[in-house]
Amino acid sequence: MTAIVDYGVGNLFSLESSFAAIGEQARVTSDPEIILAAERVILPGVGAFGDAAEKLRNTGLDRAVTAAAEAGKPLMGICLGMQLLFEKSFEYGEHAGLGLLKGVVRPIREILEETGADPERQLKIPQMGWNALRFCRDNPLLSGIREGDYVYFVHSYAATGCGNSLLADTEYGTYLTACVGQGNVFGCQFHPEKSGNVGLNILKSFCAMGGGAA
Amino acid sequence: MITKRIIPCLDVRDGRVVKGVNFQGLGDVDSPVRLAKYYSDCGADELVFYDITASAEGRALFTDILTETARQVFIPLTVGGGINTVADFDRVLKCGADKVSVNSGAIRNPSLIGQAAKKYGDQCVVLSVDVKRVDGVFRVFARGGRDNTGLEALEWIRRGVGDGAGEVVVNSIDTDGVKQGFDLEMLEAVCRVAKVPVIASGGAGKTEDFLTLFHRIPGVDAGLAASIFHFGEVRISDLKRAMAEAGIPVRI
Repeated sequence: MTAIVDYGVGNLFSLESSFAAIGEQARVTSDPEIILAAERVILPGVGAFGDAAEKLRNTGLDRAVTAAAEAGKPLMGICLGMQLLFEKSFEYGEHAGLGLLKGVVRPIREILEETGADPERQLKIPQMGWNALRFCRDNPLLSGIREGDYVYFVHSYAATGCGNSLLADTEYGTYLTACVGQGNVFGCQFHPEKSGNVGLNILKSFCAMGGGAA
Repeated sequence: MITKRIIPCLDVRDGRVVKGVNFQGLGDVDSPVRLAKYYSDCGADELVFYDITASAEGRALFTDILTETARQVFIPLTVGGGINTVADFDRVLKCGADKVSVNSGAIRNPSLIGQAAKKYGDQCVVLSVDVKRVDGVFRVFARGGRDNTGLEALEWIRRGVGDGAGEVVVNSIDTDGVKQGFDLEMLEAVCRVAKVPVIASGGAGKTEDFLTLFHRIPGVDAGLAASIFHFGEVRISDLKRAMAEAGIPVRI
């Protein structure tokens, strides 16, 4: 069973439905015991980093998620949930993340300015829509999809300095972090539950990973 | 590279898909859930469900259909129609919508966009505008294109985006249902003021209309249409192949 962590951020109906569609058991929960008993954990999230990090801490679920990761359970953050896995974010100030992965989350606007992205392309913020994946490292998470497959993004911030955890990126003026993974901790900046069959195949690969059943 | 999106729109009344020509003369097409699944399989990048139901029974039917669709279809789903309050946002988001589009509701209550964006995030709020030229000025129309609000459309859009709308759907009443192509002049004007994704709606009659749209107005992110897809005049898979051949970035 996969626990989908419910800490009051975003709508989890589609995520839950996508697990049902691939024939995997998933449970939306805010109970730390269920999270710790699950074989694997999904940390979802939409909205602002600061608010979400605060909600995660106020509910005490930050400890449950960290404990699950430390116990070796496959953990995957999605969208803002992925950003929360990093050390910190510069979204409206500076906020600490869970620090499970090395790297910081920064505004796409700044990243584009620094990398000298072509202003003629008039890239909009947020990046909203389907973009292709470029693979950076082999990983079982990507075993069911191909380089160049399209996935659905909605984000104004992106993770930087991910080092060896960078699995795939996507071209948006420059290359932005799309997918990360190190050991049992994974993250997708895009929404696998909204990325058609490609997204469902990523979730299948995640579910095929060795569980840390309690 | 980010792709241009093709979005079929399903007008739903009492649980069935309908499409108005110039907003009148509605005719039944198919089951919304089946149609949504079919479009997703054909390569639609996103779906819009537009609830044109008036009754409470019809509204309950609509949320049932939405839930069933979100169970089976794994591409972004936008819902519009009858969205007047933050509680309406809540109602459709719980049933699996990813984005909510506001039109007349924002005209009646201009603070709605800001309230919803604060609660659900900008990415969730779509400003949908029905626009028609009146004496050479783009004016916002309400109630499905029946009432001239007197609002100047470009100013209304600038304000909506400033309040937190993360995307704008521009429906040209002048070209809607006529099938002679999108309203390029209107869309170009909107792209100059809106720095968020812009979705073109109204006027698509054939594949070339989409190619012209994306070639001529690079600021447009997506093309939306209803009847030409429903009646099979343009097949989404063929359209996307034609876009790729024409050098337009597209998901295939």
